[in-house]
Amino acid sequence: MTYVFQFGIVFDQFDRMLVGAWLTVQLAFLALALGLAVAIVCAYLRTTGPKPVRWLVMAYVEAIRNTPLLVQLYVIFFALPGLGLRLDANGAALAALVINFGAYATEIVRAGVQSIPVGQIEAGRALRLTRLQIYLLVVLFPAVKAVYPALASQFVLLMLGSSVVSAISANELTAISNTLQSTTFRAFEVYIIATLMYLAIAVAFRGFFAGLYWLVFVRGRGR
Amino acid sequence: MRSFGTNEFLFVLAAARWTVVLALIAFSLGGAFGAIVAILRISPFAPVRLLAAGYVQLFQGTPLLMQLFLVYYGLGLFGLRLDAWTAVVIAYSAYAGAFLGDIWRGCLQAVSREQWEAAHSMSLTYLQTLWLVILPQAARIAIPPTVGFLVQLVKATAVASIIGFVELTRAGQLMSNATFQPTIVYPIVAALYFCLCWPLSLWAQKLETRFRVGNAIGAGI
Repeated sequence: MTYVFQFGIVFDQFDRMLVGAWLTVQLAFLALALGLAVAIVCAYLRTTGPKPVRWLVMAYVEAIRNTPLLVQLYVIFFALPGLGLRLDANGAALAALVINFGAYATEIVRAGVQSIPVGQIEAGRALRLTRLQIYLLVVLFPAVKAVYPALASQFVLLMLGSSVVSAISANELTAISNTLQSTTFRAFEVYIIATLMYLAIAVAFRGFFAGLYWLVFVRGRGR
Repeated sequence: MRSFGTNEFLFVLAAARWTVVLALIAFSLGGAFGAIVAILRISPFAPVRLLAAGYVQLFQGTPLLMQLFLVYYGLGLFGLRLDAWTAVVIAYSAYAGAFLGDIWRGCLQAVSREQWEAAHSMSLTYLQTLWLVILPQAARIAIPPTVGFLVQLVKATAVASIIGFVELTRAGQLMSNATFQPTIVYPIVAALYFCLCWPLSLWAQKLETRFRVGNAIGAGI
């Protein structure tokens, strides 16, 4: 073994890697927010919509869950321009992550929604809550609480999966690491540090979501 | 200019076998590895448990792409000349080992405590208990999520295209570059993945319902 590790040259560029890590965090949270919105609408349509709409949502969920994220990304970035929809690398990356997370989260939220007993909804009607109030307060809130762990771990998978968007050179941690390794020729050192950053983000996210659960569902329950 | 015709389609289709082969190899090696990890995770010795848990956390907390890069560039540094195949097989087996290890640990722990105690009272050794009492019961619960993971593994092999391993996705890229018709090529690639994964997904779902029914009856008695 003659290789000498040289982390110094990588640490000189550490601030650029931190920027990359921050971009990954931003991308993940943006995809989480938009993907959850997609999921809540789709789960609603999947459980209460007319039959053709239910089938459409089911087709969307199955199509996404049975194809790789990377291929979804390529379809959006390379194939859609041929149909007149052109997105830049960052836009395509975000779109792919939202569509991907949306499908998984639809399935998770649906499972939660279907676990709510009908009696709860009838009780809501008896209290003269509006349809929207019933859906948000009686169905969605407890449903999300029930499937919260699954949602949180799917989100961590989304953040880790976001590293493949570097394949179309969207701006995030892996893409910046790729650039750095090609300028410093220190591939192993760069990727070790990037990997540790991903690990730190994943651990931080898990902690954040555990805290959020406590804040929303445990402490806020009495009110 | 070349256009996307039958030959190009057959090229992409033929490359799908490398996706299948990689998934199967990673599943077998990762399965062997995962079995060890799962058993270590429930071992009575805390340091062993911790070590196995650390391994799982490490692989579940970092992107697969980074694991691939590290194996690809990393082992090269130690004087081992790695071709894409070796690197990809090592990385995917380690990845599958971590996930299967975690899935199977859950299944082993789902077997009730009383089973351990009953086996102990019949003076079976630890290994006898594990092999004769716990594993057969855990295996039954483990089948549906294991098939589900196989779907995840097939999809995960697409990432290997990034380091130049020629499988379904990479073949699609090559044909897209040759024909300049990504609008046709990539949806076909996606459809081929769907044809591989969907039957597995349906199978996993079916197994899950069947085993759930079996458990409910068992609990009724």
